[in-house]
Amino acid sequence: MEQKITLRVDGKERTLTVDTRTTLLDALRERLGVTSAKKGCDHGQCGACTVMLDGRRVTSCLVLAVAGDGAEVVTAAGLADGDDLHPVQKSFVAEDAFQCGYCTPGQIVSAVAMLREAKEGWPSVVSDDLDADRVVLDRAEIAERMSGNLCRCAAYVNIVTAIEKVTRP
Amino acid sequence: MTSPNETNEPSRRAVLKAGVAGLGATMVPFGAFEALGAEPAQAAGPVTAPPAAASRGGIGAALKRVEGPLKVRGAATYAFEWPVEKPAYLYPLLSTIASGRVTSVDTRAALAEPGVLGVLTHLNAPRLAWADEPEVALLQSDRVAYHGQIVGAVIADGIETARYAAGLVKLEYAAEPVDVDLRTDRDDLRKPQHAQGFGQLPGDLMNGAPADTSAGDFAAGLASAVHRVDATYTTPVQHHNPMEPHAAVATWTDDEITLYCGSQGVSTPQELLTRAFGLEAGRLRLISPYVGGAFGSKDFSALWGTLALMGARLVPGRPVKLSFTRQQMFTLVGHRPAAIQRVRLGADARGRLVAISHDAVQETAKAKQYAEQTVQASRSMYAAPNRRTSTRIALLDVPIPTIMRGPGEATGMFALESAMDELAEKMGLDPIELRLLNEPQTHPETGQPFSSRHLKQCFEEGARRFGWKNRARKPRTRRKDGWLIGTGVAAATYPSPRLPGSTAFARVDRDGRYTVRIAAADIGTGTWTTLAQIAAEALGVPQNRVTLQIGDSSYPRASSGGFSSGMNSWGTTVYEAARALHAAVDEHGGKVPPEGIEVTVGMPDDPRLRQYEFGSYGAQFAEVRVHEDTGEIRVPRLLGVFDVGRVINPVTARSQLLGGMTWGLSMTLHEETALDHRYGHFVNNDFGGYHIAANADVGSIEVHFLDVRDPHINPMGSKGAGEIGIIGTAAAIANGAYNATGVRVRDLPLTLDKFL
Repeated sequence: MEQKITLRVDGKERTLTVDTRTTLLDALRERLGVTSAKKGCDHGQCGACTVMLDGRRVTSCLVLAVAGDGAEVVTAAGLADGDDLHPVQKSFVAEDAFQCGYCTPGQIVSAVAMLREAKEGWPSVVSDDLDADRVVLDRAEIAERMSGNLCRCAAYVNIVTAIEKVTRP
Repeated sequence: MTSPNETNEPSRRAVLKAGVAGLGATMVPFGAFEALGAEPAQAAGPVTAPPAAASRGGIGAALKRVEGPLKVRGAATYAFEWPVEKPAYLYPLLSTIASGRVTSVDTRAALAEPGVLGVLTHLNAPRLAWADEPEVALLQSDRVAYHGQIVGAVIADGIETARYAAGLVKLEYAAEPVDVDLRTDRDDLRKPQHAQGFGQLPGDLMNGAPADTSAGDFAAGLASAVHRVDATYTTPVQHHNPMEPHAAVATWTDDEITLYCGSQGVSTPQELLTRAFGLEAGRLRLISPYVGGAFGSKDFSALWGTLALMGARLVPGRPVKLSFTRQQMFTLVGHRPAAIQRVRLGADARGRLVAISHDAVQETAKAKQYAEQTVQASRSMYAAPNRRTSTRIALLDVPIPTIMRGPGEATGMFALESAMDELAEKMGLDPIELRLLNEPQTHPETGQPFSSRHLKQCFEEGARRFGWKNRARKPRTRRKDGWLIGTGVAAATYPSPRLPGSTAFARVDRDGRYTVRIAAADIGTGTWTTLAQIAAEALGVPQNRVTLQIGDSSYPRASSGGFSSGMNSWGTTVYEAARALHAAVDEHGGKVPPEGIEVTVGMPDDPRLRQYEFGSYGAQFAEVRVHEDTGEIRVPRLLGVFDVGRVINPVTARSQLLGGMTWGLSMTLHEETALDHRYGHFVNNDFGGYHIAANADVGSIEVHFLDVRDPHINPMGSKGAGEIGIIGTAAAIANGAYNATGVRVRDLPLTLDKFL
């Protein structure tokens, strides 16, 4: 069964017809040629496919494309303004927070969304005070909040540093 | 634009902490983008021939990865992402028995499904012109040699249809008894043979080393010892799990056969596939500029290359895209074989070793013999007059094991370095002191000199930085908030081999732009940056005037990346090509003619390669916490000091070592693939069941280099950095866990149940 949907991807409106079994990730990569989001496991276990869906980070392999009809999707490609990189992207380059680069777009989208969550006061499992108005993003908080994004090159120490530096310019 | 090397050549003797401090205010050079094949931003002046030393952005410069701006946007092109017109999708079918035959195939329902273009099985797959290599010879017979073997594939217009239709193919099997039990008391254990080069060359073990060695009289030596250790260590099956699944995109027309294929090297698989499909040399082009992690599992890319090419033959005119699923990767792209190792040590009253033995029993596949050099480190690590090593394998109905980061030593040094800790504990000696007492002057078996071996400095520097002297000598004496705290240490070593068969092309244009081409790979290791640095140094020009081209089989042949051989093999070749070009420019009186100057240079032979033992060294320190009530184990701090020769790029080298140490942490605490002994399948075959270290599993990790040039290994003076980071980490953590708890765990992984 097929259905026509419209997505706003990295600021551009895209209309397409998809098999109702198609995931948002496959729609992006195979139908729209947006390969910034990566497929690592197709099971929501690795985070490589992380995009922002209406402002929140999601694993796009677990979202059916038809369920995203009308949604705003932001990938790591959309965070940069052409060659002008987002501050988190610049920080990842500066701190060598990746090696092979395959998990990196997902890490970066996740980091940008995570910083917003923290700003809004969302606690994590390592937060001492769940009701605190202000979240202090120390290394343990960043590591915990970034643990949905696996990196087999294991750049974790540099990833935490890259994000920490963005929070403390 | 400056780089730190312009005014400040890194000290060769001082310890360099490579990290933020080393980076200073360096900017990413814009040559970076040129190295990716874009147009040069601007022409440089006429070419003169400056001396080769200390050029800007040369060896030792802390340059950021040249492809970094692409990777952070997700714009680097991995295999599955190459745009092709109207692709078809291939979904593999895997066997559901571990041993036997396919007796019937029914593809009618699958073929009737709208959108299905074809079904491949052994009945209709192309017969290969050369089918001697088990990992290339897919679908050539009805035999099933392991659970999860490729027995067919569905090709369809869309991913969803291919996957759905795969479930409609009916295969029947005649199953035979399953044998997947690795035990040391099996009566059919055998000495491995012809495992070198994955069965391509003679030689007992994968690296060509003999299975067994001995010197002196081990039994008599052990009998004469005052202190003895006799312990057995086990390590489970582990899986590489690079983040990018193994993928290929194949286009096969009368005009071109192109394979985009995630691969640790492009030349070897191109040659294997050319032979298998009976093609003229050069007709097949294999392209792999960016690889989303490999760790050994993408060395044999001819496997998924074969399947994609077979698919493309089945649906003429359609490019075929194939990507294994995470679950399929567990049986198709190799694993680290399980091993059982017995280590016996005997020491005199002062702590000098008089006897060492290391006997390994490993699992391998009936489908293909793979045997790694698990005992190799015990041949070179410590002096002792009486010694022996042995390797035996059990041929089982399991998927084919392969090289995985630090193959051999990653598991072998867990055993040896745990045993050394046990001996030190028995004698009441400091474990560092015990190791330094037994430091050999020359290779203990061959008598050859080490080209450079600075293990002692690694320990001294590490001990100082880690605060080793503050440790509790007695186990189970430090606790805080319910956590028992301990510290452990271990040595690390890995050979730095040079693989044969690389050639490089170098060219200078009239406008002073240099191009260097070699079919090398960057699997995340930094090759895009470091080879350009080596070329820049050898040419005596700034790095941003060098355009590097790699990852394409149409470039001059290169060995595959693995065994920490990349820089030693490709780097040496690039260096020689650059020097030859430099000399050619000199012959032209320093002027470049309008047509430019080109050279193509093969890797030179060097008699010193046969006169010295080459290897990297390291000292690994760990702080370990084990919860007194739950047994939960955490590693808040790791510190490693490494002798990797001269550091080509402290940014990328540090990341490699950091990654290696984190791998060590992960293999110690988390990683274990469970094998079902009734059916012979891997049970926990995804990231839900097979845990690799996540961000919150990792605490502080410090990496330090001794930046000391090796005088003999290659023109750069650099040794291997890819494997050494994972070596010894497991022992350091297990030794730290013992120091914390008084419980000696000899079986990886160190899960909480083992401390209760």
